[in-house]
Amino acid sequence: MILTTIESIPGMRVKAHRGLVSGSTVRAKNVVLDFGASMKNFIGGELGSYTNLLAEAREEAIMRMISQANKLKANAIVNVRLATSSITAGAAEVYAYGTAVEVEAIER
Amino acid sequence: MDLLISIIITLFFLLLAFTTGTLIEKAHFNKLKKMEIALIKKPVVTYGTKHYPITRKIKKIELVHGESVIAGDYFKYYVASLKNIFGGRLTTLESIMDRARRQAIVRMKEQAKDANLIVNVRIESAMLNHVDMKNSIPKCAVFAYGTAITYE
Repeated sequence: MILTTIESIPGMRVKAHRGLVSGSTVRAKNVVLDFGASMKNFIGGELGSYTNLLAEAREEAIMRMISQANKLKANAIVNVRLATSSITAGAAEVYAYGTAVEVEAIER
Repeated sequence: MDLLISIIITLFFLLLAFTTGTLIEKAHFNKLKKMEIALIKKPVVTYGTKHYPITRKIKKIELVHGESVIAGDYFKYYVASLKNIFGGRLTTLESIMDRARRQAIVRMKEQAKDANLIVNVRIESAMLNHVDMKNSIPKCAVFAYGTAITYE
């Protein structure tokens, strides 16, 4: 599966559009790490556990989007966008969406 | 007497947070500077352009991303809340956002070290904690993502 943030895929031609695909996930870390993060919030610095949380959430959202695209028999997703929102304290929602397309390589 | 003690405790915490926060921020800015200089030539990054003249054969196209969550310190929030009364620039919070964005971009570039260019980079930010009213401390969470293109 090829993912791009642009409208086309360089070196390839779009054969057919398969429509919008999306995937979302809401994740949280455990209480211990939340407490550690609030301590870190006092002295300043990077919150490694929350950075990990975002990375995991993003990975999962993209995986769900890809599985949806696979069902539509697409082999690429163009114009992928990631959106985030905060629902409650310490949790992160990541939403990934894009257009599933079928592409073929251009003969040169 | 109680008032005096509480003022002293607050001042102590402010001083502590100011020292640790400043040290951590300085170290982080130095680290960022080094990493940005190391990654300045390659890959080429475009933020708005969707069409970059591609003349060579392409080996790999992939989505690359970087993320970071940066917290400020007690001193920064205290100063910001005081400044909030009069309005104007909250410089202490600006530096947090700046650090988070730059860190996310650096992480993204590091992931695409072997790529030749990253096209159409987007930066997305979220506040992880802003709904909780009791503890409404902004932890700035930033995403950066783009399409990495590698030539053959």
